[in-house]
Amino acid sequence: MKLSQLLPGQTGIIKEFTDLEMSVKLMEMGCLPGESIVVERFAPLGDPMAIRVSGYQLSLRKNEASTIILQ
Amino acid sequence: MNGDLKVALIGNPNTGKSTLFNVLTGLNQKVGNFPGVTVDKKTGFCKLADGRTAQVIDLPGTYSLYPKSKDETIVFEVLADKNNPSHPDLLLVVADASNLKRNLLLYTQVADLKIPVIIALNMIDLASKAGTDINVDELSSRLGVQVIPICARKGDNIEKLKEAIAYAPSTALQADTIEVEALAPGLIRKIQDEILVDKPYTALQLAHQHENLRYLPPAQSERIEEIEQEFSFHSSKVQAAETIARYNFINDILFDTVKFKQEAEKENLSNKIDKILTHKIWGFTIFFAILFLLFQAIFAWSEYPMTLIESLFTWLTNTAHEVLPSGVFTDLLVDGVLAGLSGVLVFIPQIAILFAFISILEDTGYMARVTFMMDKIMRKVGLNGKSVVPLIGGLACAVPSIMSARTIENWKDRIITIMVTPLVSCSARLPIYTLLISLVVPDQKIWGFINMQGVALMGMYVLSMVMAFVVAWVMKLIIHSKDKGYFIMELPVYRMPRWDNIGLTMYEKVKAFVFEAGKIIVAISIVLWVLASYGPPEKQRELEKKYQSAEYVANYSPEELERLKSSEKLENSYAGIFGKAIEPSIKPLGFDWKIGISLITSFAAREVFVGTMATIYSVDNDEAHMDSVREKMAQAKNPETGEPVFTFAVAFSLMVFYAFAMQCMSTLAIVYRETKSWKWPLIQLVYMTALAYFASLLVYNLLK
Repeated sequence: MKLSQLLPGQTGIIKEFTDLEMSVKLMEMGCLPGESIVVERFAPLGDPMAIRVSGYQLSLRKNEASTIILQ
Repeated sequence: MNGDLKVALIGNPNTGKSTLFNVLTGLNQKVGNFPGVTVDKKTGFCKLADGRTAQVIDLPGTYSLYPKSKDETIVFEVLADKNNPSHPDLLLVVADASNLKRNLLLYTQVADLKIPVIIALNMIDLASKAGTDINVDELSSRLGVQVIPICARKGDNIEKLKEAIAYAPSTALQADTIEVEALAPGLIRKIQDEILVDKPYTALQLAHQHENLRYLPPAQSERIEEIEQEFSFHSSKVQAAETIARYNFINDILFDTVKFKQEAEKENLSNKIDKILTHKIWGFTIFFAILFLLFQAIFAWSEYPMTLIESLFTWLTNTAHEVLPSGVFTDLLVDGVLAGLSGVLVFIPQIAILFAFISILEDTGYMARVTFMMDKIMRKVGLNGKSVVPLIGGLACAVPSIMSARTIENWKDRIITIMVTPLVSCSARLPIYTLLISLVVPDQKIWGFINMQGVALMGMYVLSMVMAFVVAWVMKLIIHSKDKGYFIMELPVYRMPRWDNIGLTMYEKVKAFVFEAGKIIVAISIVLWVLASYGPPEKQRELEKKYQSAEYVANYSPEELERLKSSEKLENSYAGIFGKAIEPSIKPLGFDWKIGISLITSFAAREVFVGTMATIYSVDNDEAHMDSVREKMAQAKNPETGEPVFTFAVAFSLMVFYAFAMQCMSTLAIVYRETKSWKWPLIQLVYMTALAYFASLLVYNLLK
């Protein structure tokens, strides 16, 4: 299951990443394997999405969210 | 003044770093550049408890030492290069107490560079409110550094922080974090030995970043490349391993020092606000309502102070003419310098209001939501959600906005943003719009509250934005790149704006406008006055003679004679000859040679237009009529037809010309600096001038 497939309000736990370069950036922003993610909302036009991770809100595009694989 | 020690502030974005900087330095700060790059460098001074003075440097906010944008490269350069003039004696890491895990990542990185360091644990009040209980003493002893809990907004514990800075050790005492050498065995040691770097982590960073570090001699950079080949070093893999190792270290420490009181997840206030502000319908409605309010405010609120400044200058001009002996110097002072100066100062209220709005939107966290809402649309036209900030900033000035486009990581998105930002109507166009609109649009209200002039102004802004999108879309089709962009961005919690911060921004921007732009404007006004007052000597002598001839003296009253003479003198001055030379090419747009003069002089900077008009019409007018520029222009008549020069069609044609034309040398210079080639500024100059010409032609012929 990819992060981009979750709906607002749903929760998932990060398992791994499919894109190495993107993963470095995501991890620096607190998206680590084992961390739980809540999808807060989608932008009015459906993309990007806002997630809550390690206590703060992060916005990322759907195609970026699709590189995050959930447990 | 240099200060007794250099302290650099470093931290993630949105941690209150700049608030702390303002609290520490007060008004005692200045904004400059890091040498060679255009990142803003804020420095200030802070008196310490022991009587010494610290020079405080605000480094750009960053999540890690690995730069995501060009902005952030400077952070590592300053920290690694001991010869850098900003290299600090002490680092003050500003960490958000409510998000300690992510904030400590940057701390562990800088700690390994082995520069003395202190942690300022900011927003400690918010953290404890949210149920996070931090054992500060334990955290401090585990990391081996001083940790000072503060609240920068309220100014809590700042004295204690200043004490800590004063008594900080001059050598790095912090505990080691991760085993750096294990990340790239052999390679780190070899770089340390060959490039003579004393710290292993600095060596590892060199391996990652050597291509972008300007202080590193090319030979060393090449050598590092060879060593990387030898050890088959994979930058991304090692970075990923390092980040995971660092988080393991941080988790261990936080497990022992931070307790979360698990409460039932309450829906926080920020979330509630977001539900409305990023709502499908309300989100956009509110965004456009805010923009609408902004333009109404620029017009309505600035009216009174602007009238005040205008009448002050009219009074000054009149008094100067009465008091000072008449002669060339008085003319130069009054018609050259004063006229130019009034053209600058009168726009202070509008610029102040514009920047107040922009900084409130940024400060509250709303700008990040605008980015979030607009990303999809922006991407359609070849831009990026992050382009919203340069584009909205472009309302103020394209120069800093083009610099702010550095936060866009993707090259193509960034180039397109840079190329279209100057199309957005900047504050320098505002004087031109306001002047021309007030000439041809009646000051009436529709339905009792909507100001017509405000609507016309908003129309100009909307037009410029639409054109920026159209051009961006065209460029998206033309420019090709394999780079993939990304959009990973923090959405900060909503906060009340810090009014002192906003006041400071307004003050800084107005000061920059008055001094930077003002210098050019006054200088050009003087040059113009000379060009408009003098001409080829034979021609001028001929004119004098003509108006002294019996035929003229007999047929006209002395005032009329004077008016005819000065008008013909201007026509035959150097400026007039210049304007006349280009008149045939601008006549189809509805412009006469006087406007032609303004077009030429305002190539350097658009602000000059109003000053030029003031100068030209002061020279033209007789001295008994010292009205404001607006009145002078309203009275201007076409000598052939007797009709007013500034008709509805001419005014709008002229506004459209200024909306699209690249009349700003500073912008061209900054685009050259940002893209490192003349190709982009040249393309920009050509496409914008062509666009302006044809759009103007169209508008004039439609409205005529």
